[in-house]
Amino acid sequence: MNELLLTVLTLCVLGGLLAVILYFVAQKFKVEEDPRIDEVEKMLPGANCGGCGFAGCRAMAEAMVKNDDITTLYCPVGGADAMHAMASYLGKSAPVKSPQVATMLCGGTCAKRPKINHYDGAKSCAVVNTLYVGETGCAFGCLGYGDCVSSCQFGALSVNPETGLIEVDMDKCTACGACVKACPKGLIELRKKWPKNRAIYVACRSKSRGAAVMKACKAGCIGCGKCEKVCPFGAISVENNLAYIDPEKCKLCRKCVNECPTGAIHIVNMEPLPKEPKAPAAKSPAAEPKGEVKTESTK
Amino acid sequence: MANRFFAAPSPHIHGGESTRRIMGDVVLALLPALAVSTYVLGWSVLMTTAIAVAGCVVFEYLIQRLFLKGGNTICDLSAVVTGMLLAFNLPVGIPWWIVLIGAFVAIGIGKMTFGGIGCNPFNPALTGRIFLLIAYPVEMTDWTSGVPDALSGSTMLADIKAGVYSVSDVDFWQMMGGHMNGSMGEIGSLALILGGLYLLWRKVITWHIPVSILATMAIFAMCMGIKEGGSLLYELPLFHILAGGALLGAIFMATDYSTSPMIPLGMVIYGVGIGLITMIIRLWGAYPEGMSFAIFIMNAATPLINKYCRPRRFGTK
Amino acid sequence: MKTFPIGGIHPSDNKKWSKDKAIESLALPDQVAVPVAQHIGAPATPIVAKGDKVLTGQLIAQATGFVSSNIHSPISGTVTAIDMLPCGQGMQRQMIVIKREGDEWVDTIDRSTELKRECTLTPQEIIAKIKDAGVVGMGGATFPTHVKLSVPDGQKAEILIINGVECEPYLTSDYRTMLERGEELLTGVEILMRALQVDKAVIGVENNKPDAVAHLRDLIKKNNYRGIEVMALKTRYPQGGEKQLIAAVTGRQVPPPPALPISVGAVVCNASTAVAVYEAVQKNKPLIERVVTITGKHLEHTHNLKLRFGTTFQTVVDYAGGLPEGDVKVINGGPMMGRAVVNLAAPIMKGCSGITVISGRDVARHKEQACIKCAKCVAACPMGLEPYLLSKLARKKMWDRAEEHNIVDCIECGCCSYTCPSNLPLLDYIRIGKQTVMGNIRARALKK
Repeated sequence: MNELLLTVLTLCVLGGLLAVILYFVAQKFKVEEDPRIDEVEKMLPGANCGGCGFAGCRAMAEAMVKNDDITTLYCPVGGADAMHAMASYLGKSAPVKSPQVATMLCGGTCAKRPKINHYDGAKSCAVVNTLYVGETGCAFGCLGYGDCVSSCQFGALSVNPETGLIEVDMDKCTACGACVKACPKGLIELRKKWPKNRAIYVACRSKSRGAAVMKACKAGCIGCGKCEKVCPFGAISVENNLAYIDPEKCKLCRKCVNECPTGAIHIVNMEPLPKEPKAPAAKSPAAEPKGEVKTESTK
Repeated sequence: MANRFFAAPSPHIHGGESTRRIMGDVVLALLPALAVSTYVLGWSVLMTTAIAVAGCVVFEYLIQRLFLKGGNTICDLSAVVTGMLLAFNLPVGIPWWIVLIGAFVAIGIGKMTFGGIGCNPFNPALTGRIFLLIAYPVEMTDWTSGVPDALSGSTMLADIKAGVYSVSDVDFWQMMGGHMNGSMGEIGSLALILGGLYLLWRKVITWHIPVSILATMAIFAMCMGIKEGGSLLYELPLFHILAGGALLGAIFMATDYSTSPMIPLGMVIYGVGIGLITMIIRLWGAYPEGMSFAIFIMNAATPLINKYCRPRRFGTK
Repeated sequence: MKTFPIGGIHPSDNKKWSKDKAIESLALPDQVAVPVAQHIGAPATPIVAKGDKVLTGQLIAQATGFVSSNIHSPISGTVTAIDMLPCGQGMQRQMIVIKREGDEWVDTIDRSTELKRECTLTPQEIIAKIKDAGVVGMGGATFPTHVKLSVPDGQKAEILIINGVECEPYLTSDYRTMLERGEELLTGVEILMRALQVDKAVIGVENNKPDAVAHLRDLIKKNNYRGIEVMALKTRYPQGGEKQLIAAVTGRQVPPPPALPISVGAVVCNASTAVAVYEAVQKNKPLIERVVTITGKHLEHTHNLKLRFGTTFQTVVDYAGGLPEGDVKVINGGPMMGRAVVNLAAPIMKGCSGITVISGRDVARHKEQACIKCAKCVAACPMGLEPYLLSKLARKKMWDRAEEHNIVDCIECGCCSYTCPSNLPLLDYIRIGKQTVMGNIRARALKK
């Protein structure tokens, strides 16, 4: 019994002694830190994705507290709301940035873009890209080995085995930009996020001439320029045999969609315009459903 | 022309090695020892081995099927090797359910918990054996049941430790032929050496680990002989190499790829470590045999050895 | 017998398919597409325009800067286009397309076959001639030869090593060149020695080619080539790697990058390059053709062909009896380091020492399995690296740690992937890692 008591007592004394030592050491080596950093860090999403350009949320929080001007900083995951909250907490002005979403600009499905050889190496787009042109004849298209998928921390990307292409889950995507860096073909762009996840884009990045594009892929942009002519807002430009829709200018009128001979212009969560004879469609002003879309998107 | 064009980064040819071939070679190398044990100890050896192998394979399959993603790896024969080595480390008369528990610990805890083949920090068969040795000490050191009368009794290492008789009384020819007491697989010394030579010839293992372990043990034993007045200078080393699990451990257990160092220098350090610890346990420890603990301890040191023993970079001294 | 100090493998050499086939010439192609980038360094700049008439051997693209190389027309005819065309890997490359009319050569080129041994030019003149002729390393790396011969100030070449190793399985073009053009080769070596001002040259040949060793030794003795020695080396891949060959021949190891072979006083040239040097200096003939082996287990015929650049892979494959049925892999080069070709309409270039056709069961890689830490890759690596680790680091994009573990030392020989029992694509990832790390290092250097 005595032994037991002794043991318990010794341990208690030892514990107390160590606690005191620890307390003084902690006092002595205390790092003074702005408490606002902790508060800001709490407001950040905590994904540590690096989408802001910093090593993690903590580093971002430090930068937000230290910098006087935080309009150049932006957390794509938290978005405008989070930025606004943090800016008002710190008494600084929030950066203005519209929400964005990752968009994969290749429409060359297995059916439209036949495979002409069989790749047998490491399953990585980066490896394929340094080796050769890829399994299809197109030097610009999606390789389908999913380097972007593995780079995404939010599970927003997936490979569709039927089309062999990458698909973006717009609700999960936070526009952190990791996939943009991961894609060796530069196929992923952060584009403006319209309400209701609507989207319109040219699903092709091929700078080859029309004939070469047609040979490799039936869904590619051949740079014919029809869309550029029909666009009432001047949102489409054709450069290097490739059309590009500027999301800032586009009003989602969808006139270009029916003009495209190869179907390279993709629309998401929208119905295409009814196919009308060309002449009246070009002349008549925007029809009613388009008007609705416009008002919504410009809100 | 119905050609399918392939494209891949170089190299475009492969040496033809495969995990399955390597494991198959190990199984093949274990067969002579199995034959000797069966001849000496009877059919129950085959029975126990079969239970251990079947147990390991089934547990691996089930764990992969139920808990893990990805394909199954039972076709690479590594579970068969684990099963055989586990059985070789057990006394012949051990009840079948203990063998199964051993197989479960070896595969389930020793291997699959860490991510399966190549990821285990400790030799799975040893994990199983050590677990059984601690959990079922009576059954694991029962060298009498199911054994021909001439061989029943305690092991030589235990006898010598207890001072029942001395090394000078040992008939080494009998020992080499398998007439000694011990776990199922460790008694056929010559057969084990034969298996080791086969593995060396097939380049499955290199000489560094087995030779450094055995040489360390021999030198250690010789030093003990000198200390005791120069008697038994040759008998002691020979006895320590032949007795117990030294050969089985040095050739088959310590050379397990994922738990041993990668480059020759590291392998030698590892081997010397095993040899020393084995001898220390044998001479002064609580157990008569120390091979499995020695390997286990050095398995734990392997990552450290790998960190400091790196291959020499070309162009540097 | 000598060999390099660490690592290496012994793949079956498969030279038997084409080693007894004498070098033959193929009918001239009717049209060629000549890429302006056939070498390491900056692509050459075209100096002809569409519609121009060109002669065989005429300069059509000028070297851009020092590390670059001239390109000459391999045939005579009319330039029909200068355009982006797909190369063997399907990538768009600038090429000059020439339609053939006859075979009219530039008249300064000496086309006679008689040996011209005497050379009284100064080293500078020799290097200038080699530069003009667009000679590059013909073992596959295509490093411009004039750059290699221009020894930087403060350093001195002591020994010239001629690479007649041809350690790649299947290929026999250097072997046939050594056998059939031995005199020209040795004269080329003499010229190279003169250019480097060294009095010692060693021709390294692996001992699976004993007749080449004997033949060259014979010629040296008979015709009194002073200072040239033929050294038989123990067959082992990758003996033809520059650093490995220097270590095998001299016993000296080139320090890790960025050190160059010249830091141990050695300059290495390929055997075929030596012949090209001879032709450039003594015959004024630019590099417009080379010996190419077309080989493979299931090909109807195998050949060693002398081909003008711009001849398509298809032409050569057809001449060998077409591709075998079923799965095939056509490789530009040998099976260890060659690049897979997917566009047979692409032209053959300066670095193409052979076309290897792999077919049937050998084509597809085996299924990838988990690494079992067997360390066979570590034992096989001739650079003393840890391929399993580098591959893993590159796969996880841990570039800084890959750099710490010397990923830039990798010579991409492929021994690690060859030897891996788990069929891991080790080199695939290491190569990416090496490129990325080298990019990082360059970016850092630029910042400073």
